[in-house]
Amino acid sequence: MRAGRRVLDRITAAIPAAGITVIAGPSGAGKTTLLRLCNRLEIPDEGTVSYRGQPLDELDPLMLRRRVGMVFQRPTPFPGTIADNLTVALPSAATGELSAALNRVALDPGLLGQDARTLSGGELQRMCLARTLVTQPETLLLDEPTSALDAEPKQVFETTARDLAGQGITIIWVTHDDAQARRVADRIYQLRDGRLSGAPTEEARP
Amino acid sequence: MNTTVSWAGLAVSLLLVAVAAGISWWQRLGLQRQILIAAIRALVQLLLVGAALTLVISPGRSIWWSWLWVAAMLGYAATVARRRAPEVPHLLALALASFTAAAVVTLGVLFGLHVFPLTGRTLVPIAGMMVGNSMTATVLAGRRLTDELRDKRDEVEARLALGQASRQAATPYVRAALRAALTPQIETTKATGLVFLPGAMTGLILAGAAPVQAVLVQAVVMFLVLAATATTTVVIALGLIRRLFTHDHRLLYLPAPADH
Repeated sequence: MRAGRRVLDRITAAIPAAGITVIAGPSGAGKTTLLRLCNRLEIPDEGTVSYRGQPLDELDPLMLRRRVGMVFQRPTPFPGTIADNLTVALPSAATGELSAALNRVALDPGLLGQDARTLSGGELQRMCLARTLVTQPETLLLDEPTSALDAEPKQVFETTARDLAGQGITIIWVTHDDAQARRVADRIYQLRDGRLSGAPTEEARP
Repeated sequence: MNTTVSWAGLAVSLLLVAVAAGISWWQRLGLQRQILIAAIRALVQLLLVGAALTLVISPGRSIWWSWLWVAAMLGYAATVARRRAPEVPHLLALALASFTAAAVVTLGVLFGLHVFPLTGRTLVPIAGMMVGNSMTATVLAGRRLTDELRDKRDEVEARLALGQASRQAATPYVRAALRAALTPQIETTKATGLVFLPGAMTGLILAGAAPVQAVLVQAVVMFLVLAATATTTVVIALGLIRRLFTHDHRLLYLPAPADH
């Protein structure tokens, strides 16, 4: 409930632990709220969210958030270098781990010592993705991660995400862009006015 | 060689208020009324406090009256802090806790270690300095921390989403708030004696104390203020963090301050 209004209502869905599940829908439909419920940045007034069979309120929220990473709509760089940003996720990380994380998101590991604010929008968003990967998540929540990006960086991000899904990371991707949904999804749910539309449509992947 | 101000002298000094009001009238600032009301109000308040203090700290009076006075000051200062920064949640309780902590630390050192003898005459003014400065620092620190967490909510939640505990996720913003609240006091301390002669020292010298004695008292007061502001701000900041995050490490919704 926000300001007395139900943001999400009677949502029941079991999202498979494989591939990319897209939740599509117009802005204001409750997509972001649904994602934030999945890593307990918000809690439901009623109902239960479970992860791998366990209700979230029985899991340690800090451990849960390491298993279920999140990339936000706007890039959120912290002050300092790219290495500083990545080590926020794991202070004990060795340089090798940081480089590996950058490689997985198509960023040059040579950038580690560079100030994060010198990156372009697309690079910043991929750095935020790499930062999340440092905690070795099983699942990623992507909240309209490319809505502020141009066509080319958008495409790089989509390819990167597909690669990660191929490596076995479960992805829940929220977008209002139907074309993007069809490009990246294994299955698509439609969310309108806080309600999920029945069964997802399956997308054939090459 | 005590210097005293006579009632006639006080009346003459009202000329200075007239100067301020005159400038307001000349430059059409429209502040004459406010200047006069402020001056009269301050005078009445001071006279009342003077009368009350005479009762409280007169020789032979129990020290408990002075402690009662100190407690009342703490309570009143907490309500003023809350009024000045209404956008900071739970500020009344937090301010009370932080003033109490600062009182324990500063009064503990000054009276526990016999820097001053514990009498009403020393307790009340020392506690007054402590509370007054702590109140300003409380408002600064509380407001800054609330602003930081509200304006940088994205960044804070990105830290939480990486699995940081709320205390840890808030650390950069707590630091920024503490620095902002303490820096003015450090600057003042550095400039003391060069740029301005602080109030306590001025008062002592005017009242006829030897300058060296006045300097020693002033130095102690400055250190008292430093310790008090540091203690209050850290209690406010850490206390606020506990109130603004839930036990399961979510940042509560912080409304923007109402526009005035």
